[in-house]
Amino acid sequence: MTVYTKGVVFDGVDFDDPDCWKLDRYVKRGGYAALRKIIEGSISQDSVIAEVKLSALRGRGGAGFPTGLKWSFMPRQFPGQKYLVCNTDEGEPGTFKDKDIIELNPHALIEGMIIAGYAMGISVGYNYIHGEIFQDYRRFEAALQEARDAGLLGENILGSGFSFQLYAHHGYGAYICGEETALLESLEGKKGQPRFKPPFPASFGLYGKPTTINNTETFASVPFIIREGGQKFLELGKPNNGGTKLFSISGHVSRPGNYEVPMGMPFAELLALAGGMRDGGKLKAVIPGGSSAPVLPAQIMMDVTMDYDSISKAGSMLGSGAVIVMDESVCMVKALRRLSYFYYEESCGQCTPCREGTGWLYRIVDRIERGEGSLGDLDLLESLGKNIAGRTICALGDAAVMPVQGMLKHFRDEFLFHIENKRCLVH
Amino acid sequence: MLTADSLFQIDLELKKYPESQKRSAVMSALRIAQSELGWLSQDTIKFVAGYLGLMPMAVYEVATFYNMYDLAPRGKYKLTVCTNLPCALSGGEDALDYLKRKLSISIGEVTADGRFSLHEGECMGACGYAPVVLVNNHSMCRNMTPQAIDSMLAEFD
Amino acid sequence: MLEIEIDGKKLTVPDGSTVMEAAEAVGTYIPHFCYHKKLSVAANCRMCLVQVEKAPKPLPACATPVTDGMRVFTKSDLAVKAQQGVMEFLLINHPLDCPICDQGGECQLQDLAVGYGDVDSRFSEVKRVVPNKDLGPLISTDMTRCIHCTRCVRFSEEIAGAQEIGMAGRGEHSEVMSFIGLTVDSEISGNVIDLCPVGALTSKPFRYQARSWELSRRKGVSPHDGLGSNLILQTKGGRVVRVLPRENESINECWISDRDRFSYEALMSSERLLTPELTIGGQVVSTSWDSALSKVAEEIKGTIEKFGADSIGVVASPNSTVEELYLINKLFGGGLGVRAINTFGRMSDYRLVSESEGVRWLGQSISELRQSDLFMIVGSDLRMESPLLAQQIRQSVKRGAELCVLSPSSSKQLCRSVERIVRPDELLSSLVSIAHSVVVKIGKSVPAVLQLAGLLADDDPMVEAIAKVAGRGGRISILLGEQVENSPQALEIAKVASLFAEAISAEFGWSFASANKVGAQLLTVDSADPTFSRQRKMLIGFGVDLCADSPNAQLMSHQVRAADALVLFSPFKPLSHVAPFSASLPVAPFSETGGSYINIEGVVQAFNGAVRCAGDARPGWKVLRVLGNLLSIPGFDYQSVEDVRRAALGDLEKLSSSTLNNSIDVEDVRINEKHNALIRVGDVPIYQSDAVVRRSHSLQETKLAGCSRLARMNSKTLSSLMINHGDNVLVSQGGAEFSIVAEEDDTLPDFAVALPAVIDGCGVLGELYGPISVKKNM
Ligand SMILES: Cc1cc2nc3c(=O)[nH]c(=O)nc-3n(C[C@H](O)[C@H](O)[C@H](O)COP(=O)(O)O)c2cc1C
Ligand code: SF4
Ligand code: FES
Repeated sequence: MTVYTKGVVFDGVDFDDPDCWKLDRYVKRGGYAALRKIIEGSISQDSVIAEVKLSALRGRGGAGFPTGLKWSFMPRQFPGQKYLVCNTDEGEPGTFKDKDIIELNPHALIEGMIIAGYAMGISVGYNYIHGEIFQDYRRFEAALQEARDAGLLGENILGSGFSFQLYAHHGYGAYICGEETALLESLEGKKGQPRFKPPFPASFGLYGKPTTINNTETFASVPFIIREGGQKFLELGKPNNGGTKLFSISGHVSRPGNYEVPMGMPFAELLALAGGMRDGGKLKAVIPGGSSAPVLPAQIMMDVTMDYDSISKAGSMLGSGAVIVMDESVCMVKALRRLSYFYYEESCGQCTPCREGTGWLYRIVDRIERGEGSLGDLDLLESLGKNIAGRTICALGDAAVMPVQGMLKHFRDEFLFHIENKRCLVH
Repeated sequence: MLTADSLFQIDLELKKYPESQKRSAVMSALRIAQSELGWLSQDTIKFVAGYLGLMPMAVYEVATFYNMYDLAPRGKYKLTVCTNLPCALSGGEDALDYLKRKLSISIGEVTADGRFSLHEGECMGACGYAPVVLVNNHSMCRNMTPQAIDSMLAEFD
Repeated sequence: MLEIEIDGKKLTVPDGSTVMEAAEAVGTYIPHFCYHKKLSVAANCRMCLVQVEKAPKPLPACATPVTDGMRVFTKSDLAVKAQQGVMEFLLINHPLDCPICDQGGECQLQDLAVGYGDVDSRFSEVKRVVPNKDLGPLISTDMTRCIHCTRCVRFSEEIAGAQEIGMAGRGEHSEVMSFIGLTVDSEISGNVIDLCPVGALTSKPFRYQARSWELSRRKGVSPHDGLGSNLILQTKGGRVVRVLPRENESINECWISDRDRFSYEALMSSERLLTPELTIGGQVVSTSWDSALSKVAEEIKGTIEKFGADSIGVVASPNSTVEELYLINKLFGGGLGVRAINTFGRMSDYRLVSESEGVRWLGQSISELRQSDLFMIVGSDLRMESPLLAQQIRQSVKRGAELCVLSPSSSKQLCRSVERIVRPDELLSSLVSIAHSVVVKIGKSVPAVLQLAGLLADDDPMVEAIAKVAGRGGRISILLGEQVENSPQALEIAKVASLFAEAISAEFGWSFASANKVGAQLLTVDSADPTFSRQRKMLIGFGVDLCADSPNAQLMSHQVRAADALVLFSPFKPLSHVAPFSASLPVAPFSETGGSYINIEGVVQAFNGAVRCAGDARPGWKVLRVLGNLLSIPGFDYQSVEDVRRAALGDLEKLSSSTLNNSIDVEDVRINEKHNALIRVGDVPIYQSDAVVRRSHSLQETKLAGCSRLARMNSKTLSSLMINHGDNVLVSQGGAEFSIVAEEDDTLPDFAVALPAVIDGCGVLGELYGPISVKKNM
């Protein structure tokens, strides 16, 4: 597999070096310089947050919320414990970037979190790590130990008087725990069922205390921003879409993998970087932002640039940056069937529309795929989608509906063909 | 019920959380118990509940919510194959089919000798390495072509 | 305050209100399932979606906080479409067979579904089927009907205090259940039946007994504990077939205990006595009231003539009504000059009656009690004595109050607490030590009595907790329970507690486990010898099982065996007729008579009979009236139960603060010597608390009833006696022996044996908190 970088999160990492994740290697390539800069230069909390705001870094977990703004919501003066939480519960089908970050460059995340803790006056953090990547959880714990041993983490960091404890928490197989409030419930040792918001985590988070949650890649981008300046990060990308972004490219490309490229790179260029289509296949469609983003057909995709605004204008989402590439051999009904099954299986089960609706959606798509659908089913899918989307506690309801809507919008013919001819158009 | 080593590991996990929030360690405690005993029986769940001062139901809710806990005995080698769309595009389903044929069992079953059980998994966050097979929840094998599967199986005792 | 407009109606609501609360305030009904005012907000059913101006999506009214100037539309197109959408999802997997569902006719899903028309037609898949669960003898399940609102789950964790019910699994596979193999054992579990909006959880004893529209509703008041929970007795065909809570925020909120909910089963049990029975010369004959009462009157007259009034002893249950107790005292005390009248249940220290300056009570209102910053419970297994009072204290603790418990048995309050478990005979000295230490710690002057025992370690958690709250002037409530009430040192403990309360400016009061202990105190004429230390020729029982309800079953069974005459006024058949003259007179239980109870806060609560008397049973007050007349005692010509009440209480609705008075008139307190002899902890098991409960079949099937049939000791005690957990042991008090299984229970103090006050065959045992011996049964 390939990891390719134009340098922020993976700045300077030598992927061929099996020890590239270690502290000494990280320090050699400029690691912890940002932390030292803050501590030795006694840079104020406000200035750190201002720098992050300037960078136009947007949350890399899917929603793209401006990170500096989120940090400024934390009630820094709140007496009592506050928490910092990192979301490495990467489970959105197509996304596998955070896994590579903690495997290959965990100290970037650790340093980013220490800086965030400093900026928001938080002394305890947790990194919630996806269940299936136990080896990487172990790797991250090893990196934490290195940082502690070096006095970079724990009590009185680098003699600054600032203390920050960071622990890894291992999930055990539930996509929904990627949703930030489900993640908090899970961290508290409960089922991962999202909480209704408000109150937001910034006022009522982990153990009921003010909490800031960011994605792994978001935190891992912070050392660069502090070291090189927010302006430089911003200039790497486009206005309002600062920096580079990790794109996880999977599916029918020659070199699937993670590609860290400037925001705003044309999709065609990204596809070429990934070696183009596998086995000379012809591009049919792309899901540009993880499985819950609506699919876009080839002709639209070839015109977009890879940033929040452009993809959203094309009718989909940049999401977590998972790019699922499909060639002409793919049956869209079958593809949707698999995705709908996923949401049906992963619904946490608390909201009526999601619990009951995701299973219903899946069963309808399933019967269309099996050639047992009827014409009314397409309207039914759309109508049910409207009854689910926007009516649930968390966005999983929407996430389950968007693929359905995207597919019906761009590939309705294929569904009709299945229904009318009781067989697949592709195979 | 659990070995001293497992209890030691649970105690280490407990140290990560505030004194009053022992419940936070329930997921790791169940993981550690399952690693030692192979699966989570009712007695194991009760034991973990007692150890952390929780109601058995609170622990049972957790054990049944997360996919990777096994509430029934499974094979000595639990093989979980991701078949989600990104993986399926790169051979995930083929890998599962291959394993089904090779082991002569279907999803959820255990081989007659008790060595293998086969499971279908959801996205493991490793789509770029498809096909992926997760062995005993904790060890991820990447790029599992039929040849890779053969050599993986050959390595198990 | 915030301004909000709901469907065009303007109102102001306090900060922090939700849209649902605001809507309730203007009487606008928003459909809902998961929302319940006493439970945390889950917002999971999504039925309450409403339109809010400027919000792009419909919002759940139950969880959406009101913002100033908000405009809400609950019946707009957007809102109704959203609600209809949710209803469709709720119904796709719900069986639509209301006619065979036990909830039919009182199902919130059914009611709301009617308003949303034909919704099943679009779902053509196979409906989900969910296996039923065994939640125990009280709650019946039909889990396919569950709509996952999680009210029961939240109740068990938040209100009952222990998560016995949960939702296992995930997504569509989620199932509400108890942990495999475990039943729901909470003492207030039945409330989930009311909470369940559909027919998933229903009452097992009530199952298929009736349809809701066939039922009449009558108001009732709990006859089982001092809180005075308000009830609705539902009747059909002249029988009580179900009991539900009647909401009263200041007393029981919207809950009732399982004891209140299911004890009605005894009312129709085969143990009901349906006609007066006389046993003369060994021959049992059913007879008419006329003949029975005239025989009884003759017997009373004859006894008094021959042996004097002191040869008669009367025991009346403190769960009797005000009217009954008034007439009993008037008839036997005032009229006949009987001095041995016991209306105080298992109390053994009668100095408490003579030295009390007034009627002992809670010392404050229940609502005031809830506001406490610290509760100190002394000598009470409160959850078993008064389940809902314990529940209310648990809620206060959740909101931040502290709880300290000093008791001979662990009370497992199911919330954060500081417990100190001591032998029953050390309750007094421990209380003195704690009081002494606290008063010293907060720098107040220590009354002499509180210096009788030494100081505790400086970091004693209970002392620290109390001193902290007392130091900052927080509200502290000291509550004495049945273990004090029934203790041989009740007077001293009460005195110390009152001095302690005074020294730290705390509230101090009693929590009684009988429905009318306050009334009993108020109405009792001076009782010279209520403990029956002397053998009586004639024993008269009213609403009691003489031995089971006495402070010393052994003494009472001697009394019963040696008596020449036994007269029992009871809804139930007596256990045996033993005296040369025995009369059993069927008086009405709480459901068949009018009357009133005075609860622990002094509130008089009157009620009417819900159904006609079973068989020939008659309301107690009428029977007493006739007997009074037969005995030619003046003033027994009441026309109605209200007449009796007026004579007893005047027009009081609440006892006055001059009547209610916890002061103890005693100067001299002595602390008993410490010794290490084995001592009994004779608490009253929750489902043995009175004659009615004892005969309620389903309650007797519960774990709580079962687990009391054991002799429990801690491991140290067991090993010093060379007894193992599970061994058969012989326990003896006063020479009589009794065989029972031993169980290890490390929540007990050293050298104490927990052996319930009432237990089959246990009539041979004596003092509840007295010496006992235990040995292995070879
Ligand atoms: C169903 C669902 C799944 C999600 N999964 C993830 C995830 O795997 N990783 C992640 O970082 N954020 C995920 N999110 C987004 C988080 O809720 C949250 O917005 C994010 O962690 C915030 O970090 P950011 O601001 O740095 O992006 C998910 C959201 C939803 C609704
Ligand atoms: S939308 Fe689905 S996943 Fe999200 S909280 Fe509701 S039931 Fe759970
Ligand atoms: S009542 Fe509001 S979501 Fe259920």
